[in-house]
Amino acid sequence: MSFLFGSNAEIDIALDGQASRKQAEIKTEDGKKEKLYLYYDGESVTGKVNITLKGKKMEHQGIKIEFIGQIELYYDRGNHHEFTSLVKELARPGELTQSTTYDFDFVQVEKPYESYTGANVRLRYFLRVTIAKRLTDVTREMDIIVHTLSQYPEMNNSIKMEVGIEDCLHIEFEYNKSKYHLKDVIVGKIYFLLVRIKIKHMELAIIKRETTGSGPNTFNENETIAKYEIMDGAPVRGESIPIRLFLAGYDLTPTMRDINKKFSVRYYLNLVLVDEEERRYFKQQEITLWRKPDKGKKSTGFVYHGPLQSGPQPPET
Amino acid sequence: MAAEPDLSADTRRLNTKKQTLDDAYAAPANFLEIDVCNPETHGFGKKRYSDYEVRMRTNLPVFKLKESSVRRRYSDFEWLRTELERDSKIVVPPLPGKAWKRQLPFRGDDGIFEEDFIEERRQGLEAFVNRVAGHPLAQNERCLHMFLQEPVIDKNYVPGKVRNT
Repeated sequence: MSFLFGSNAEIDIALDGQASRKQAEIKTEDGKKEKLYLYYDGESVTGKVNITLKGKKMEHQGIKIEFIGQIELYYDRGNHHEFTSLVKELARPGELTQSTTYDFDFVQVEKPYESYTGANVRLRYFLRVTIAKRLTDVTREMDIIVHTLSQYPEMNNSIKMEVGIEDCLHIEFEYNKSKYHLKDVIVGKIYFLLVRIKIKHMELAIIKRETTGSGPNTFNENETIAKYEIMDGAPVRGESIPIRLFLAGYDLTPTMRDINKKFSVRYYLNLVLVDEEERRYFKQQEITLWRKPDKGKKSTGFVYHGPLQSGPQPPET
Repeated sequence: MAAEPDLSADTRRLNTKKQTLDDAYAAPANFLEIDVCNPETHGFGKKRYSDYEVRMRTNLPVFKLKESSVRRRYSDFEWLRTELERDSKIVVPPLPGKAWKRQLPFRGDDGIFEEDFIEERRQGLEAFVNRVAGHPLAQNERCLHMFLQEPVIDKNYVPGKVRNT
């Protein structure tokens, strides 16, 4: 939360229902974790702005509060892409003679995307109060976190494929679903059809790929979120190796595709076989991650986002 | 974000085809053993050279002979490496050193015919040929098959790929 001390005023933003509202954690740019209030698409954002005067009075050119959702690309810091921008005027130009509290009410605000802090891009939502002054404005920002929720997908086919190198290695891999929620379990198996190489071990990794830019300026940042060995030793034809990978233990976000045409965050399962000469044979397969509502959460009033869409579905009744 | 796993999720193993006993206990399909051994030094004076036995046992269908034994010298390995660098798509591993210093005159020892040098070179050549022969993208190169299984290397051969027998 950034703020500038004006010469004679201090701004404080208090959200309604702070006591009962959940908080969520998100990484800050410097890698630390921050706890912020959690909102969903369609929810109103309401609260109070407290302005505390330091001196006896303060002249101003107007006081307003904005609700902003923006995407910041780290390589292009000057340009923030605002996809949501709402403003409410709190006070006309005039003079404050005492500390004052203003109510604000952004009704049923659209929050089409999930908050995200990544390696090269950041998507954030925040409230910003501005006291306009002749020389320098006094501002205060307060970030919130937005999660996008989805319902169980109607179709969720398993992924089953035969891959290999001709005459050397044939395997069939299967993962029980193509769309997994963030606390789901990946259940699968690897079946060996032909093994003419000397395999030492096999491992499975979850790779997060953040894509920013477009066309010739596309940049992919890959991060290995998890990696673990699922087989040690040399398999022969006909052997099946089981896979069971609990996603809840890892720092994952929902799959984000082409958000506001600015960035994507996608997840891949990377199956790697390593032979005795340290040669690596791998097969990457994309999976879709989505966020399930918590148990007991009231589902009315929220807007659900289909796991594969980049926009919202109509609200539940 | 730490979270509780979904304990209602079905984590039972997927159904698998049962492996036949034949498959489970048969010889593995990836049997390939190559030894570089029995070094011998031939000739006299300036015409001296050493060579090694390259002995191979395999059940890979791509090799015509399941057992073979040939004699090869260091320059034959160099030839193989050059051919593979040109024709195959792999990053060819390095050979053990050429040992120029050992070939200079006025050494106190026997230079490249010293026993421990030959042993060191033997180990490097064995590692090299195993690494190359086990590589799926080099396994079907004709130069490799000629190197491993023909008594004499025909340097005028036609480079290309060997098809599976």
